[in-house]
Amino acid sequence: MTPRSADTPPREPPPASAFPSPASEAREDPAAFFARRPEHSPDAPLSIHDMTIAYHRRPVLWDIDYDAPKGKLVGILGPNGAGKSTLIKGALGLVPRASGRVLVFGKPYEKMRREVGYVPQRESVDWDFPVSALDVVAMGRYAHIGWLRPVSRAHKERAMACLERVGMADYASRQISQLSGGQQQRVFLARALAQDASLYLMDEPFASVDAATERAIVGVLRELREQGRTCLVVHHDLHTAPEYFDEVLLLNMRIVAHGPTRETLTEDNLRRTYGGRLTLLSEAGEALARRAPANPPPPTSAARRDQDAP
Amino acid sequence: MTPLETFFTLDFPALAAGVLAAVCCALVGCFLVLRRMSLMGDAISHAVLPGLVLAFLISGSERPFTLLIAAAGVGVITTALIELVQRWGRVEPGAAMGVVFTVLFAIGVLMLERLGGRNLHIDADCLIHGQMEGALWLDAPATLAQLADPARYAGFPPQVVTLVIALALVVACIALFFKELRITSFDPALAAALGFRPTLVRYALMTLTAVVVVASFEAVGSILVIGMLVVPGMIAHLLTDRLGPMLLVSAAAALCAAVVGYYTGAHLPPLLGAPGALSAAGMIGVTLGAMLVLAALFAPRHGALSAALRRAALRIDITREDILAAMHRRAEAHPSAPHPIADLRAHAGGALTARLALRALRRRDEARADGAGGLELTPRGAVRARELVRAHRLWESYLVQTAGARADHVHNTAETLEHITDAQLARMLNQRTGHAATDPHGKPIPTQPTEADDA
Repeated sequence: MTPRSADTPPREPPPASAFPSPASEAREDPAAFFARRPEHSPDAPLSIHDMTIAYHRRPVLWDIDYDAPKGKLVGILGPNGAGKSTLIKGALGLVPRASGRVLVFGKPYEKMRREVGYVPQRESVDWDFPVSALDVVAMGRYAHIGWLRPVSRAHKERAMACLERVGMADYASRQISQLSGGQQQRVFLARALAQDASLYLMDEPFASVDAATERAIVGVLRELREQGRTCLVVHHDLHTAPEYFDEVLLLNMRIVAHGPTRETLTEDNLRRTYGGRLTLLSEAGEALARRAPANPPPPTSAARRDQDAP
Repeated sequence: MTPLETFFTLDFPALAAGVLAAVCCALVGCFLVLRRMSLMGDAISHAVLPGLVLAFLISGSERPFTLLIAAAGVGVITTALIELVQRWGRVEPGAAMGVVFTVLFAIGVLMLERLGGRNLHIDADCLIHGQMEGALWLDAPATLAQLADPARYAGFPPQVVTLVIALALVVACIALFFKELRITSFDPALAAALGFRPTLVRYALMTLTAVVVVASFEAVGSILVIGMLVVPGMIAHLLTDRLGPMLLVSAAAALCAAVVGYYTGAHLPPLLGAPGALSAAGMIGVTLGAMLVLAALFAPRHGALSAALRRAALRIDITREDILAAMHRRAEAHPSAPHPIADLRAHAGGALTARLALRALRRRDEARADGAGGLELTPRGAVRARELVRAHRLWESYLVQTAGARADHVHNTAETLEHITDAQLARMLNQRTGHAATDPHGKPIPTQPTEADDA
């Protein structure tokens, strides 16, 4: 497998009105979708097709096309503001997608929630919240429990086993603000394990953790890989990336390159990823944000489809 | 009238209304506090006014369900309006809430003024402090046996019925959706990823807030209700660190405040020789405020006083260790010189700290009186003193050798770090500094017997 790169800016920026996803494509049967797009695989744990995400009508990710490889640890690398977290949130539908489609093992995400584990950034929650470490880990089981039913003893035992796997069993009954940053991160990891998913999306799990936690996380990641699960991990440390990840995805508002770590982390690719902003894309984003009407007119879906039909 | 009949006619309705309103608000308020949405309680308590006036006009206050349904409608509309203003006006949530609730409240005031006077028994006073004492049980039971007589309940105060329904609704919702409320409050992003619809839950919570606010309106008005929503949750948050206990403690605090508030309102002025009674709702609010102050001061983990005590204990501990280390250093220079207590006191910040630290030394059997007005180290104290000096000098070596600090800059840092250095850390420092024999100032680094094989 050779690293693919997309150094040329994607097609010229579409007008703002074309951003909303063509409704017909979003509804299209996945089988027909994959037949029409042979470059995407229905077996891929995560298949992102032409995803663009905009905040306040300013695109922050352009035309993301990506199939995650099965059973691999993939590092998502890029400078600050490159859209690394946004990529994950967009794939999970936590931020609205201006366009594009995301399929998990060939099916819409809404049908595959149990197969996807999510580790948000540690700062995204209030650690003063009155819950114990075990309570937090048990939240990973909620998708399996479903609405209205309480957390059963079996689910709690399962959560406890996950805490043990990250070496935090002794802290199960601690209120979470009494844990160190690294321990909090391990609790989040244990919660992801409790989700028992086939695909994991992790947002900066290595951010400001101690050495012991870093080792624990790496151990768990490798364990997950041995079980054939796929992990996409937003990472900030270029030095450890070759050691930790099988593949990397270099991101800076668009995918700069992706593929096996050794072949992809070339000096050339890194320069294109980190070497300053892509001024043209940034400027185009600014212009779109300025010119877009407050309420975009209905999408001109036909035009958009014709434009990028294979 | 028998005393019992007086109680059931006058005290019971007001007390029941106060207690029920306080408990309802407390339970819902816990989630507002945890979600940092306390202001939303404020917004809704004001925004419900037009809906309230309409519901009163349509049905009179006798029909609790109309009231509660109107409340639910207003809750949803208010929440939606606030989000719309936020999105369209491009302002922060606080500003959006401020705009929406003042405008809706203003509409309510106008409606009250135009339509209220003749048809309603609510007015501006009621808005502010409610009419808890206005609730009466007509034809109340005169004996306990009559409590079982259905005929007696014809005159049962409707406000209390409304509140009972509201409380049942709140308890049922929290019990059924406990898990959903917990995950959407703690981590909305994960909740959304798992399919738990945080937006839906938020709207449901706002609806429930509107329901308890409206049910409590006649008892405590629309201003004091804000305190009842927020304060018990804050008290419970200070005292507990689990969601279930937090809900129970908040309900208990609300109940206490309601009972204490009602009775002090009714009986305190006569006791002090003043005429009349104090507003029960006002007294409940004051009681809650006093309880919050107490909780903020004395809560075991989060209280200000507890924190001060912990800091003081830490200061004494550090002084104790400083004295130990000082004794070790003096013994290095003059092996047989005594340690007069007056000299050792110089290592403490204050006289009281010094006295407590010296007492701690004796209690822990680390030092004892030498019989000549001084102290001497016990074997146990000598070990600890050696560890401290060792840690101090290891840190100095490490900071100079590895961290590149200047030799005359490292004392203060080492002085702090020596207190938190355990055996494992000391061992690592020893390895990193290449088992240095002396610190940067040329003083010998004491060795540990257990680490002899390390070197």
